[in-house]
Amino acid sequence: MIKRNIDIIILIFILIVAAFAMKNDFYYEIAVLSILNAIICIGLNLLIGYAGQISLGHGGFMALGAYISAILSSNYSLSPMLSLFIAVLFMGIFAYLISKPILKLEGHYLAMATLGVGIIIYIIINAQGDLTGGPDGMGVDVFKVFGYEFDTNVKWYILSSIMLILVIMALKNLIKSPYGRVLRGIHDSSVAVESVGADVAKYKSYVFVISVIIAVVAGSMYAFFSGFISPAEASFNRSVELVVMVVFGGIGRIYGAVMGAVILTVLPQLLTSFEDYQTLIYGIIIILVMMFMPKGIVSLFDKLRKNGAGS
Amino acid sequence: MLVVRELSKKFGGLKAVDDLSFNVKSGTVHSIIGPNGAGKTTLVNMITGVYKVTSGEIYLKKENETYAEDDIEEIIHGKRENITNLSMSKLVHKGVCRTFQHLEICNTMSALENIMLGFHKFMNKNFILSCINSKKIREDEQKYEYEAMKYLKMFSLDDVAYKKADSLSYGVLKKIEIIRALATKPRLVLFDEPVAGLNPKETADISAIIKEVANEGISVILIEHDMKMVMQISDWITVVNFGKKLAEGTPVEISNNEDVINAYLGSRHKKKLANNG
Repeated sequence: MIKRNIDIIILIFILIVAAFAMKNDFYYEIAVLSILNAIICIGLNLLIGYAGQISLGHGGFMALGAYISAILSSNYSLSPMLSLFIAVLFMGIFAYLISKPILKLEGHYLAMATLGVGIIIYIIINAQGDLTGGPDGMGVDVFKVFGYEFDTNVKWYILSSIMLILVIMALKNLIKSPYGRVLRGIHDSSVAVESVGADVAKYKSYVFVISVIIAVVAGSMYAFFSGFISPAEASFNRSVELVVMVVFGGIGRIYGAVMGAVILTVLPQLLTSFEDYQTLIYGIIIILVMMFMPKGIVSLFDKLRKNGAGS
Repeated sequence: MLVVRELSKKFGGLKAVDDLSFNVKSGTVHSIIGPNGAGKTTLVNMITGVYKVTSGEIYLKKENETYAEDDIEEIIHGKRENITNLSMSKLVHKGVCRTFQHLEICNTMSALENIMLGFHKFMNKNFILSCINSKKIREDEQKYEYEAMKYLKMFSLDDVAYKKADSLSYGVLKKIEIIRALATKPRLVLFDEPVAGLNPKETADISAIIKEVANEGISVILIEHDMKMVMQISDWITVVNFGKKLAEGTPVEISNNEDVINAYLGSRHKKKLANNG
């Protein structure tokens, strides 16, 4: 039991140590942001790394869900939990409906189609100024669960950490179950999976829906946390950023997605002292990592473990 | 077991399969042979739902129905099920499974897991239960891991059970693909060139497996270019040329059929037969 969940124990340890090491509120803010990005990337990784489908519209899906949560709770005074629930339900159905025609496509065509949907969402959010505040964005009320307010960064750090751990545990279980075996199989050979009686199209739809729901939950949390949401969240850049995090960390690896998200969220903050060269250095780091670790940052740990076992 | 009626497939102007009819009897090895490009794989792809048929029907014997074979009346009275254009995954649930000319194996999984994939339709796939790793899921997983191991032992492949598929030889993977198909507990299996590219020892192994499968009462459709194997294990042979049925009969009848010798087997085969005789 302990051996099987050693990674979870290490993760909890790191989260606790990090909590003591962080000196001020800004550190916590970056930490929460990293964790929420990590959750989104774990979901996206399920789609890219396991079901072998690419989505360049996840920023859009995430933002649309987050806007629904924000609008319902802030403009219509619904409780945040109920707003989140409605957003998840709506986006789940939305994702399922668009998955039917879209997931018939493969490779570049699928990327283009998801990109298109993402851009449409971006345009709609910008255009519906009455509801969304348009390009200026909108304020979001504080997150409450049964009257308990999440009003400090520390509370958010704890909440998002718990969410991260739950998501990782659930997906770890899923991946090794018969359900997960089908997902892993689709990536290797969808024909093989089809030939044993699994409806591949159905599984692809489900995974797409799951990844969108995870993104919507984390995206809504981000809106509640920062108290503000703008169309930038739905932009093409945001969608690409999420895919880069997954690839940078290591496709098809849960902790790859986590590491990719954390590193690429923290890195720009570390590079702010380089001012004008920030983006350049950021780009060079990504190029170098992909050149020398094509399987992502997480492959570094595989090598370490192998060497450790060898000696 | 299977009745194929007036099946045709057109790719643009090309008729890959043209008005083909045949019956597969239960528990027999029914081979389909013919020159390259004759339409054999197209035929299998239509039967297994990979291609949509242009015209014609495919009927499968219903489970637990017993009646005389070859009876078109049975189709008319609805005792057979029309499986035309059913998808490959749906067909597995009807008891039809296949292997592929080019390997379709999950490379990142172990041999054992590839076999476990074959038990897919028997396993619990509830999403929520999977996420919380419930007792039901764990028990299922254990039960079918044991079953898969049993299958591997049966084919003396238990020593490679935990090896990743991409580290295994082509011959072993061909066998694993066959075992995976058998794990779905089919009533009809289609083997598309199961011994292409294998050495004589591996070919003999797979011949024996196919024969054994038929002995278990599972119907077999075999597509193969290895004539020695086809003649040895087939109960019935349909010869296809340019998408049309050229001849059908027992292996002995086919080996002596002039049309077949001219179109496919070649005169060398005739000489060989004469020498053997």
